[in-house]
Amino acid sequence: MPMVDLLAGFIQELRNAGLPVSLTENLDAMEAVRHIPLDDREAFKYALAATLVKNNSHWKTFETVFEVYFSMRGAHYKITDPNASDEEIEKLVSQMMGEASGGGGLEGMTPEELAEMLYRALQAGDQNTMKAIARQAVQRFSGMEPGRPVGGTYYLYRTLRNLDLDGILERLMEEAKNEAEGGMTDLEERLAKDEYESRVDKLRKEVEAEIRRRLVADRGAEAMAKTLRKPLPEEVDFMHATRDELTMLRRAIYPLTRKLAVRLARKRRHGRKGPLDFRNTVRHSLSYGGVPAEPKFKMPRPSKPEIIVIADISGSVAAFARFTLQFVYAISAQFSKVRSFVFIDGVDEVTRFFEGVDDIQDAIHRINAEADVIWVDGHSDYGHAFETFYERWGKEITKKSTVILLGDARNNYHASQAWVIKAIEQRARHVYWLNPEPKAYWDTGDSIVSEYGAHCDGVFECRNLKQLEKFVEHLG
Amino acid sequence: MADPRFESVASVRDELQSVDYLADEGIAGVVYLADRLQKPILVEGPAGTGKTELAKSVARMIGARLIRLQCYEGLDESKALYEWNYKKQLLRIQAQRVVEEGGTGNWTDIEEDIFSNEFLLTRPLLEAIRAEDPVVLLIDEVDRVEVETEALLLEILSDYQVSIPELGTVEATQIPLVFLTSNNTRELSEALKRRCLYLHLDYPTLEREKEIVLTRIPEVSDHLADQIVRIVRSIRSIELKKHPSVSETLDWARTLVLLGIENVDAAQAKDTLHILLKYQSDILKAGKELTVNGAV
Repeated sequence: MPMVDLLAGFIQELRNAGLPVSLTENLDAMEAVRHIPLDDREAFKYALAATLVKNNSHWKTFETVFEVYFSMRGAHYKITDPNASDEEIEKLVSQMMGEASGGGGLEGMTPEELAEMLYRALQAGDQNTMKAIARQAVQRFSGMEPGRPVGGTYYLYRTLRNLDLDGILERLMEEAKNEAEGGMTDLEERLAKDEYESRVDKLRKEVEAEIRRRLVADRGAEAMAKTLRKPLPEEVDFMHATRDELTMLRRAIYPLTRKLAVRLARKRRHGRKGPLDFRNTVRHSLSYGGVPAEPKFKMPRPSKPEIIVIADISGSVAAFARFTLQFVYAISAQFSKVRSFVFIDGVDEVTRFFEGVDDIQDAIHRINAEADVIWVDGHSDYGHAFETFYERWGKEITKKSTVILLGDARNNYHASQAWVIKAIEQRARHVYWLNPEPKAYWDTGDSIVSEYGAHCDGVFECRNLKQLEKFVEHLG
Repeated sequence: MADPRFESVASVRDELQSVDYLADEGIAGVVYLADRLQKPILVEGPAGTGKTELAKSVARMIGARLIRLQCYEGLDESKALYEWNYKKQLLRIQAQRVVEEGGTGNWTDIEEDIFSNEFLLTRPLLEAIRAEDPVVLLIDEVDRVEVETEALLLEILSDYQVSIPELGTVEATQIPLVFLTSNNTRELSEALKRRCLYLHLDYPTLEREKEIVLTRIPEVSDHLADQIVRIVRSIRSIELKKHPSVSETLDWARTLVLLGIENVDAAQAKDTLHILLKYQSDILKAGKELTVNGAV
């Protein structure tokens, strides 16, 4: 395959993975690789990245696609694998083990010996040995069979379980503590731990890369690229996020809110011009000999909306409510006031948990522990929750308030009490409903979202950060 | 096409090192490509990771003059590109009148005259284009201007020229190296991104950061530098409002050297945390985590 086709294929893969690559960028990439020595794999990768990836959150996706797409083509295109060849590693290994020299290297070792060696490699931070062990471990423990339709994560799990990294980490810490004269201070202990953890993390990455390499060898690059496709952080579905994805989302949310806050503040300042400021215009006209050549306008002062969030925090939609609350509070400076209520079948005000708190995570923990949201059985009952809300706090909704309701409207076949929403709508400036379910599922089963939606100013599907951001921007 | 400035990626890295900027493979590669492809570089990343420093170092490295355009809200073309020196133009017209005293001066002559180079005030972008000597153009914090203003930059970034309606198009005498930096407070427009090479500068790895500390502050000992960067890494792993940047690491290292500390213990680290962290809540949190071993 000539270079042009190879790159075209790669760019197609990137587009499939959701990265926007324009034609200009495509041409730039072609031009860029002409200036880079092709046998330098790292330089090749950075040249492609600089021309094709224009957003840092896409970097990880790019890297994965790159690894997979180019991993099997090494020999043909002289993009040599930067890893040392096997023999060299074997030599290193035998040097390190001393006694085991000539004994067939890693293959002939018992699992105990392998574990011992891993321990030493981690202790010394020896990259090459770690790489070799990662390879060996995958071969030995992952139980990979050709053609078996199992995902990479399964093999990863099996391999890592056998390596018992937690145990090794503990041993490393023990050893470090014993070695230090007069014991370690807390700070030293923490630093040592950080160091070992980062080494273990590197090993884990090696194992992952090795598994990927083998899978590609088995199934071919194109097929693998498809299975490895991961959604971008802003497109991860709240309802089905894995634990890792949730952590990733938590990290992504802060920069996103910061951007949004800047944008809203700007919008407020640079909005339309206000009415003519007569006094100011006359004053400025003096420098033009009394001719009002430069009319001055009053700056508009748009009132900031008051936000009332009412969120369902029952099992299935809890993650969604958490992210939305976090989002709203992170930009609370853009609103005159934010009040929040949570419910399952009972309802409770939780504004107090957020007041004077720096860390929103803390507040959310406290909500989960302390809010009084269960009335009978702890299954969502929108009707009862709304009714109670209206009885206790309904008077406090004014023409300045924007009410946001969060939930999937799965009411467990209780009475809907949709009249409450209608009453709220009459008092409030706006009422919006955010639903974390895909539109296709609305009004199926016990979902009665359109019964409530009929009285709202808008019902929005809100399944990922992108949609959430868009909605909140619309609010400000 | 002008002669390329650099031989290879490796030479870029070595030369950058000679001006005390430690570039990794990615940084050197992008700088090299920018020269070869004659494209601007868009540098993004957290504050204090050496984005502006990179442009300055490259300028030092190739012995070029650095022209800097600091972006801010409300920046317009009269501040970024060019402006007519209208006071001088007025004087010129007045002078003409005095000379001819009541005679009808030829208006077209005057008009041609007052819209000439003599009355043009160049601003950074035009200056970079017209410079005869080698220049590096730094457009700093481009995310601060409004989306509409970004369009001002497009012509210069893709064609290295500026169109002035009264004067015609000014083309670059030489293609300058252009750096744009962004703190990522907003998404830049697609049009701008498309015209640039993209470089993301993140916090450096442990080893690189240690080297940076050692190069920048020669008085620091190897042992201390090692401790410093490890503590900084530890702090960066905590969830904070604002993580310590490279420049803050350097400030901290300088402080410790000034205080004559050779071996940082927890108490000393805690006392000087305010140099690394700028939020009270962050300082409290990090202080707690560092002293009470934050077992995960």
